[in-house]
Amino acid sequence: MHVAKHNNQVKTGESVSEPAWVRCLLITIALGFLALFLLLPLAAVFVQALDKGWEAYLAALHEPDTLSAIWLTLLTATFCVPINLFFGVVAAWAIAKFSFPGKSLLITLIDLPFSVSPVVSGLIYVLIFGLQGWLGPWLQDHDIKIIFAVPGIVLATIFVTFPFVARELIPLMESQGRDEEEAALTLGASGLQTFFRVTFPNIKWGILYGVILCNARAMGEFGAVSVVSGHVRGSTNTIPLQVEILYNEYSYAAAFAVASLLALLALVTLVIKTVAEWKIQQTLSVTESER
Amino acid sequence: MGLKNRKNNVLPGFTPALGYTIFYLSIIVLIPLSALFFKTATLTWNQFLLAVAAPRVMASYRVTFGASLMAAIINGIFGVLVAWVLVRYRFPGKKLIDALVDLPFALPTAVAGITLASVYAPNGWLGRYLEPHGIKVAFTPLGIMVAMVFIGLPFVVRTVQPVLEELDQEIEEAASCLGASRWQTIYRIIFPTVLPAILTGFALAFARAVGEYGSIIFIAGNMPMVSEITPLLIITKLEQYDYAGATAIATVMLVLSFLMLLSINLLQKWSRRFAE
Repeated sequence: MHVAKHNNQVKTGESVSEPAWVRCLLITIALGFLALFLLLPLAAVFVQALDKGWEAYLAALHEPDTLSAIWLTLLTATFCVPINLFFGVVAAWAIAKFSFPGKSLLITLIDLPFSVSPVVSGLIYVLIFGLQGWLGPWLQDHDIKIIFAVPGIVLATIFVTFPFVARELIPLMESQGRDEEEAALTLGASGLQTFFRVTFPNIKWGILYGVILCNARAMGEFGAVSVVSGHVRGSTNTIPLQVEILYNEYSYAAAFAVASLLALLALVTLVIKTVAEWKIQQTLSVTESER
Repeated sequence: MGLKNRKNNVLPGFTPALGYTIFYLSIIVLIPLSALFFKTATLTWNQFLLAVAAPRVMASYRVTFGASLMAAIINGIFGVLVAWVLVRYRFPGKKLIDALVDLPFALPTAVAGITLASVYAPNGWLGRYLEPHGIKVAFTPLGIMVAMVFIGLPFVVRTVQPVLEELDQEIEEAASCLGASRWQTIYRIIFPTVLPAILTGFALAFARAVGEYGSIIFIAGNMPMVSEITPLLIITKLEQYDYAGATAIATVMLVLSFLMLLSINLLQKWSRRFAE
């Protein structure tokens, strides 16, 4: 029988791991790759933002066009996140707690906005609400501006952030099953009582996770908003579009100053996301151990 | 039939919930997407072919899909490496690095775009070392590929990580007892188990890179026939009021996205069956 060669002192687990030098090399390569593609750009945002010093940084953020871009971005997120949150919860309830034919088709359809290019996402709304679109003449007659105005931006953002809450809640609620809700029903709870007192505590971390990702995408969306916005400074620019404008007119420090806001948002998103993920794991393992 | 339904669907609220779901899905997603196909249908076959097969458009397909493929391959290789290192090894800062892998998911595309453009520009942090050696990254297809590597980075890592975590070390120990070298164990036991996840992550990274706009247009040269990506071409046509042309190209991209979505779903089904 062929015997594998080992050192005389075999530590536990040595036969299922690589030699130390291989491990060191792999760690170095992996970290080097991540440093090059992740850490370097992240650092670059902040370094370039502060290139001209703190005063210039704060001044760039107080610029009127930038302030209105921040306002528009916050407005958009305030619309999109609750709407898609409500949809996500309702859809997850229908999909996870019931059996019906066509379920996986429905899930695939909900996932569609994920696989559509942002530019196409904006284009389809131009096709409906734009001047040459389906509703274009009707909207023009009634003097309602959707495309190249704020409503169009909100609509396009709703589209691209559509699946986030749903696709997080559906697997979570499916793995939690129906037992607790059915028990609540037999004990006399109404539907809403069951939802708020039984389901909601179980899914609250999933909701947080979905909401924080939805928000990050809503505030950071560029391609889709670029298509439907009129790019009018001070009125139809979101923060990402404002970043583009500043960059294209060579105001690099200002562009990065505004971009640093989004980068900070990204870091906060990552922190909350990590916490939510960990809590979801905890919730799931509690459910498992109760079975 | 009545009994089966009653057994499964005792909870209240099914009809309103499902009704609302389908309604909202239709008005936000399905109807707008269908507008694309209806608009394209107004073109004659000749007009359609002219719009989607013009030389400039074909060049943009080559740039977009070529760069996406290369980027997805790079992410496939390094993604597996990163996942392996994160799951199997211990080193300081591992949790931090693990959370940071998701940065391309959370960072807005425009921010990524201007940052990568400035880092690889001729006087940028990296560009100033690469340009003298003749390696032009900014404003070339190579820059497009670099941007696509950034945005696709988390996909392979996050699909491979769970599979590696669930891998039973007992199997590797058994293989080692039976005389397999470490390399043999990796090649014949670990790799086949992880392969479906790698392919799924690869397909996800590829699909994402193909449609990406914001991260790429700053670092790409955006020169027609050379470094123009298809999404940019769509926007250019829109700005020239060539709605029909823009829609035709968008339809092509949409159909390809659906095909990729389909293959990703099939890959995920395969890997789930494999896991069992």
